[in-house]
Amino acid sequence: MRGFSQQYSRFIIRRLWQSLALILLLIAINFFLIHLAPGDPVTLLAGQSGDEKYYEFIRAKFRLDQPLTTQLWIYYQNILRGDLGYSFNYQQSVAAVVFSRLPATLLLMMTALLLSALGGIFFGVQASHQAGSLTDRSITLFTAIAYAIPTFCLGQLALLVLSLHFNLFPAQGMMSANRELHGAARWLDILEHLALPAVTLAVMQSAMIARLTRTEMVKALSEDYILAARARGLPESRVLYGHGLRNAILPIVTILGNDLGAMLSGAVLTETVFAWPGLGRLLLDSIAARDYPVLMGIFLLASTGVVIANLLTDLIYFRLDPRLRHE
Amino acid sequence: MEFWRTIKESKVAMAATLLLAFFLLLAIFAGQLAPRDPLKTGDKALQSPSGDYWFGTDDLGRDVFSGVIHGARTSISIGIIVALLSNLLGLAIGLVAGYASNWLDDLLMRFTELFLIPPRFFLILIIAAIYGSSYFNLILVLSLTLWPLTARLVRAEVLALKKRGFIEAARALGASHRRIMIREILPNILPLLITNAMLKIGTIILLEASLEFLGLGDPSQISWGYMLHSGQHYMRDGWWMVVFPSLAISLLLLALNLLGDELNKALDPKLRGRLT
Repeated sequence: MRGFSQQYSRFIIRRLWQSLALILLLIAINFFLIHLAPGDPVTLLAGQSGDEKYYEFIRAKFRLDQPLTTQLWIYYQNILRGDLGYSFNYQQSVAAVVFSRLPATLLLMMTALLLSALGGIFFGVQASHQAGSLTDRSITLFTAIAYAIPTFCLGQLALLVLSLHFNLFPAQGMMSANRELHGAARWLDILEHLALPAVTLAVMQSAMIARLTRTEMVKALSEDYILAARARGLPESRVLYGHGLRNAILPIVTILGNDLGAMLSGAVLTETVFAWPGLGRLLLDSIAARDYPVLMGIFLLASTGVVIANLLTDLIYFRLDPRLRHE
Repeated sequence: MEFWRTIKESKVAMAATLLLAFFLLLAIFAGQLAPRDPLKTGDKALQSPSGDYWFGTDDLGRDVFSGVIHGARTSISIGIIVALLSNLLGLAIGLVAGYASNWLDDLLMRFTELFLIPPRFFLILIIAAIYGSSYFNLILVLSLTLWPLTARLVRAEVLALKKRGFIEAARALGASHRRIMIREILPNILPLLITNAMLKIGTIILLEASLEFLGLGDPSQISWGYMLHSGQHYMRDGWWMVVFPSLAISLLLLALNLLGDELNKALDPKLRGRLT
């Protein structure tokens, strides 16, 4: 086992350096987006408030009169110090605004991720169990439909039918606005509001996972050890999940982790439909208000989040794949 | 080509193709098929579906039925144009990179990966927000963010083809680089490229509709996403503003996905016997 730990730590360090390089590259891309845009870069750094004194301040701070390389260096220093700029719209630092909205989005995304993983894997396994059967074909059809409906369409339809028509769920927001709740009641209230958005966000993702799981399971189930397990008299569920799924799970985990970028965009759309107070809403409000500092801040945060998610996925993959242990 | 055989043999592919043909006709003949100008506002706002207005009217009195038909034109035109542009660019870069396989390959691939680093949707959002979101801009932005995927795919295919040896043979016979790329490699990549383009059109239309739903569309063009954007505020009083465009988008995407899947299955011999 000593050889493995050594290999693993070498791998971790290499991936950490790569991720760091990627994040630095992202900051540079951010910088170039600001400067390639039409108009005065000041407006992108300071917002379009029009306050001349503030513009002077920003011009001096970012040394906009200097050559681009100097400006880039200053930009790096600011970002790495945690200074993402100031939002005139919200009268707060960009970092404060963005991080205050982050928990809501994380709650939505993590819940949706969990739901899509559980639902997708379950249906994928069921479909693969008897490939070609009615169960398989109905699940496949249902999956195709679920994958085709855009997330925001599904959200609006769910809101229309389940919330507005049947009154089963609240329509908007994360908490009831007219009641002051505490403790468990508050959490229940949040859960009630979370249900529809989380399921909506999870549907498309789980359809993709179901399909992937089915493919991988069909491959895994055709191996000899499955036949041996069945011959040994193991119950079918044990064969499917304990033996089949365990070997099929690896590519599924990888795709789940790497698909976070898609889930992020889904989150933006879902938050819009359900007025969920997260980063997605913030993004749209900022676009409307031309609050460029916040926009760039969200972009940077989202990109960094994806890099970190990819890193974690790779680390988990390396840990889980037994084939990589004895190289 | 093999495509027609696949389509004829599979009921799913046949149904999907018919559905696609239907939408294509809607798009081409939108002007003739739509009873009214979809952008024309009227005073009969928020009318439920009736004999006069089959799909009802929206908050500004515009005919939803005509809107849905013209929306097909917007989405399909953007889908086809962007698929063409991004695939052409991706083909050019991927072909050269895969064929060259030296410093040129490395350079081109690093350049390609640069576009793949930021999350795609956010990149598009930011660019659309900064540069504006006219019809033309949308096409440009979508093409610029989608070509890297094709480039990578093409390059992988070219590398696989190179292993097969007939390219070496052509070189030995004295064929020029350009001739090899066009006469030998290209015909072998074409089927893959076309299938990929079909699946991509689905992605493009989804992206375009999402952008419009968020308000980043061209307001002078009626589109499904934009109709849903307006519909968001009137769900209580006008469910038809949401239901009909949603149905349209979902059906079109379903058809594209199903057809793309069937074509993919036909192209990949590994998948043929195993999964059914």
